[in-house]
Amino acid sequence: MSTASTSSSDATLSKATSSLHRSASLVRLKEWGIRSLLFLCAAVSILTTLGIVAVLFSNAIYDVSPRQVGPNGEVRTNEAFFQQVSLTEFVFETRWTPGYTEKHFGIMPLVCGTLMISGIAALIGLPIGLCSAIYLSEYAVPRTRALIKPVLEILAGIPTVVYGYFALVFVTPYILKPLFQDLLGFNVGVFNAASAGIVVGIMIIPMISSLSEDVLRSVPRSLREAAYALGSTKFDVSTRVVVPAALSGIIASFLLAISRAVGETMAVTIAAGQTAIVTADPLRSVATMTSYIVNVSKGDAVIGSIEEKSIYAVGLTLFLMTLVMNIISQFVLRRFREVYN
Amino acid sequence: MNSTPTVLTTNAIDQSEVFRVDVTGPRSAAAQGQKPITTARPTVAKQATGEVTHPVKIRTKNVDFFYGDNQVLFDVSLDIPEKSVTAFIGPSGCGKSTFLRMLNRMNDIIDGTRHTGDVLLEGSDVYDSSVDVVLLRKRVGMVFQKSTPFPKSIFDNIAYGPKVAGLRNKAKLNEIVETSLKRAALWDEVKDRLNSSAMALSGGQQQRLCIARTLATDPDVILMDEPASALDPASTARVEDLIFELKKNYTIVIVTHNMQQAARVSQRTAFFFQGVLVETGDTRALFTNPTEKQTEDYITGRFG
Ligand SMILES: Nc1ncnc2c1ncn2[C@@H]1O[C@H](COP(=O)(O)OP(=O)(O)OP(=O)(O)O)[C@@H](O)[C@H]1O
Ligand SMILES: [Mg+2]
Repeated sequence: MSTASTSSSDATLSKATSSLHRSASLVRLKEWGIRSLLFLCAAVSILTTLGIVAVLFSNAIYDVSPRQVGPNGEVRTNEAFFQQVSLTEFVFETRWTPGYTEKHFGIMPLVCGTLMISGIAALIGLPIGLCSAIYLSEYAVPRTRALIKPVLEILAGIPTVVYGYFALVFVTPYILKPLFQDLLGFNVGVFNAASAGIVVGIMIIPMISSLSEDVLRSVPRSLREAAYALGSTKFDVSTRVVVPAALSGIIASFLLAISRAVGETMAVTIAAGQTAIVTADPLRSVATMTSYIVNVSKGDAVIGSIEEKSIYAVGLTLFLMTLVMNIISQFVLRRFREVYN
Repeated sequence: MNSTPTVLTTNAIDQSEVFRVDVTGPRSAAAQGQKPITTARPTVAKQATGEVTHPVKIRTKNVDFFYGDNQVLFDVSLDIPEKSVTAFIGPSGCGKSTFLRMLNRMNDIIDGTRHTGDVLLEGSDVYDSSVDVVLLRKRVGMVFQKSTPFPKSIFDNIAYGPKVAGLRNKAKLNEIVETSLKRAALWDEVKDRLNSSAMALSGGQQQRLCIARTLATDPDVILMDEPASALDPASTARVEDLIFELKKNYTIVIVTHNMQQAARVSQRTAFFFQGVLVETGDTRALFTNPTEKQTEDYITGRFG
């Protein structure tokens, strides 16, 4: 470059080179800009997660500056939930009464309600979801598939509040009451865990069937042919070869669906009511972690009160539960991918 | 274990259809003892020259086959002798696999296929509407080019066929697994790890496992579609030895691209070209003295 000015031909070369450099750096700037933009988009979800964790942490576990001075000079304490309530009480106490004068903070009734509804949902959603996945992947001719798939998608698109009212005004009065109350003599509450569990079960069917169908379809065709060549019926091929080969993928879809059921809010709040008790009776009203959070949020709990703080502790518990299940399902799914590279 | 379907029991077959097959193979098979034939078909005569006559096991008559509108087999009529090895050779895409899969109705599971003509197993039509295709495939087993072990234990792979056929007796299953693995010359290599995953076996072992798995269903006919094409020379030799051994008790049909392999293991060879069965005959005769020009061109490597 330094010798470029000595001859005219060198000069043109130099000019060409420098213009080449300018446009190259322009391209690099554009590249950088695009990359930064994309990174920001990706960062939004990371920042949101961090923000949520920070809010949960500072309200539930530890607040760095619990004493705040209000506008009129009064001092408010703003301690986090677990700075006021011991973890032992939270885990082992069986009563949950943050809104009452005699306050107890045992998470057990809420966990119990959540598990009961998720359990009923799993009992209904998992087998039906898996069977429809097997049907779609192994049995259905293209025309039936083309009919069923959109219906499942519609099922997945119905707002959860609609499911809640469906439970309240249809499942309870027209299915549960006639069956369990009129026929078998049990007492069926207007709000009950069973109706909520049933609709949440229906809600997770599309998720299970579409995820499981994907893993069933990814089982190589050669494996099916080998099974047929050994004298299998279609049922043998599906249940003894294809499903076992796809098992870890199916389990992963189950876990994802259950964590969806655990986190389900609207339908459960509407259908199951708001009775935080430890019970084994699915025909009674129960409260879940999510429905408790909704009810406190829309109620008149004083900001900074222990009642308000309690929803963060419940939220944190819920967050940890679904996080663990998602991590397990990711792990299981990865193992499945390794089997068929 | 084997409930023979009524529709597939032995019919009287044309007495004149008896093959003369040279069983003096490359691996000194002169001393082979022929198993007695238990069916009512023509008695197999062992002659002083070492030539044995074989009755027809499978006969196809005027078979055409279509994938949708695309015809890939044209008027194929072929007789396959019992207890011997028949090789199908021919250039890629000529319809060997398609024809092989006709024989145990594996093409049924492909949508949009159809055929005309007949496939007779011991004289009865396998495409008859009264035939239970599940029972047919138990009698006419198949080994594929790519080994396809199920992601299960070695034991469960072998026991799969008997289990779907309804066998529950543990002792009997153990026995079947052991004899099948021994026949497939795999027993010594895996006997100490029957409960470990079949996916962990080497390619050659997996292929012998698939052969053992087919043997466990107690077939009479074994169809093999390029069973050794993905294997190294040593494993190929083992599979070839195995085929040579198995033909004492089974009717074997093998598709191969390897002319030497066809010459080594088979007694009869059928040459396919563009969906047509060009020539069929005694393997040695076909390779040394083909009657058709196309066959000669193919086996001398002039095209392929
Ligand atoms: N599933 C299928 N659908 C449509 N066409 C097919 C299918 N399988 C094979 N064919 C066609 O049928 C013809 C014969 O195929 P086939 O697999 O029988 O040949 P092949 O002789 O076994 O060949 P190769 O030696 O390569 O295995 C080919 O033209 C192929 O494209
Ligand atoms: Mg082929």
